[in-house]
Amino acid sequence: MSARTLTGLGLAALALVMLAWLPSQLDAYGVGLLLGMTGYVTLATAWALFSGPTRYISLATVAFFGIGAYTVAVLSEAMPYPMVLITAALVGGAVALVVGLATLRLAGVYFVIFSFGLAELVRQLVTWYEVNVTGTLGRYIFLPITAQQIYWQLLALCALTFLIGWLIARSRLGLALRVIGDDEAVAAHTGINIAGAKLALFVISATLITLVGAIQAPRWTYVEPAMVFNPTTSFLTVIMALLGGAHRLWGPILGAIPLFLLFEWLSANFPNHYAIILGLLFITIVFLVPKGVLALVESAFARRRRLQ
Amino acid sequence: MLLTALISGLVLGGTYALVAMGLTLQYGISRIMNLAYGEFVIFAAFCAFVLFTAYGISPLVGMLLVLPAAFVVGYVLYGVMMQPLVKRSGKTGALDVDAILATFGLMFVVQGVMLVTFGANYTSYSYMNFGVNILGASIAANRLLAFVLAVVIGGALYMVLARTRWGTAIRAVAVAPEAAPLVGINVNHMARLAFALGMVLAAAGGIMISMYQTFNASMGVVFAMKALIIVIMGGQGNLLGALVAGLMLGLVETFVATYIDPGLTLAATYAIFLAVLLWRPSGLFGKGGRA
Repeated sequence: MSARTLTGLGLAALALVMLAWLPSQLDAYGVGLLLGMTGYVTLATAWALFSGPTRYISLATVAFFGIGAYTVAVLSEAMPYPMVLITAALVGGAVALVVGLATLRLAGVYFVIFSFGLAELVRQLVTWYEVNVTGTLGRYIFLPITAQQIYWQLLALCALTFLIGWLIARSRLGLALRVIGDDEAVAAHTGINIAGAKLALFVISATLITLVGAIQAPRWTYVEPAMVFNPTTSFLTVIMALLGGAHRLWGPILGAIPLFLLFEWLSANFPNHYAIILGLLFITIVFLVPKGVLALVESAFARRRRLQ
Repeated sequence: MLLTALISGLVLGGTYALVAMGLTLQYGISRIMNLAYGEFVIFAAFCAFVLFTAYGISPLVGMLLVLPAAFVVGYVLYGVMMQPLVKRSGKTGALDVDAILATFGLMFVVQGVMLVTFGANYTSYSYMNFGVNILGASIAANRLLAFVLAVVIGGALYMVLARTRWGTAIRAVAVAPEAAPLVGINVNHMARLAFALGMVLAAAGGIMISMYQTFNASMGVVFAMKALIIVIMGGQGNLLGALVAGLMLGLVETFVATYIDPGLTLAATYAIFLAVLLWRPSGLFGKGGRA
């Protein structure tokens, strides 16, 4: 390992310790805010793990998020908590595998549309199952977990997501994905197993997203399908990752933090016009910063270096 | 019961087919994958509702007002929002993704405006709400009227595209966008017209839906999803494909709702969608190639 990587890892570890210590200095509202922010940073980063290099726009985030949350709601009293999380991850990964096998060989737009409706489909199936088989729609989650503990779990998951992203970027899989993103035909001719690479990444990304849902679930004491499969979560994730820049590991965090704070402020102050503002923001981002903030910063730096 | 299900399935499918035809014009010819499409369908439904309840204008007359307005909205929208994206993307293929993201934002804006204006409640009005007897099965007159309208409007559109010079030019753009300018077709202008025409069909579909069904401000997404699925199943830019796939979807939904469980209609829709795509990745009537 080079000295630079070691310094980077050291700084990351230091930042992690600081972030873990932060809640002790905040009130309940501050901890809630920090928790939500960490959740969205993880979602946006995990989303970009798959969608950044492959350029497949997935709108299925909340399908996996909801699967995670619902698994916890169903199993929270049946087995110990760590087992619940592992089961949630396995369920999310298995669903991603099935969905990926069925849809990843479909080209761009077809995939977008299928993923667009996936959450709706899962929601309908869960609702149907609950109404017809178990006979109840909502479920209660009684787990003795504080907001601070949820935050720590999310922080650990966030760190894990970055670690996985960093490892993938340095591996053969990462290289293969970048070639696929640039030109699928070239990738196929150089002997890259396109379907396999995409599938692997889709499953990894979806499993991480499932875990975010599972960890956040105890925040709600009452869960029903319409709540946990709320499509706005998918949209926010996409817009955050795009604003930051989905082509780099550190990009999504640049979009997730400011947008999360902005959305919090908007939903508190303009609850009725929230959707309109969200939509206008989306359009603005597509028109003004199509490649993300990080790309703007990078090109500005490159220009300065050329001038010197 | 079988006959009733069959007829209501065809009626529902007729509306779906008409709505999907508009989307296939927009996607097949203007190359814009319009995710806000369903919002415009619902917006037109609200327009018909307001005209009927506040001014006593019947939906049939209301169409004469709403459809031209929809054309103008589509024409302006394409010029203001889509054209810059088309120019920016050039031949890089970035348009697909850009259009999806931009119309996605548009979806929220239109939905938000409707929520603020009309609220989140389900809305409906009573128009021609009496039964008509067809071969022993009773069907509401408003459903039947909606079906007739879908057939008339869809048929008129098909005739225009198949028989007129202007329609030939539009089809030429759908088939060979690179070659069309060589024979003097203004591709940009045709794309704009096709987009506006798609909006007219969305509005027509919305008014029909408002005649026989309750609707609310956040239902657009479901209509957009169904229209997208029909477009893809039929093969993009293929009007006949949209017609067949639309009728098919209407029938399947009605049969699943009647004989299995109304809660599983969307799951059934998806099942067919996936089956068709895995069997024929470019749609039932698609020519392959550009996927």
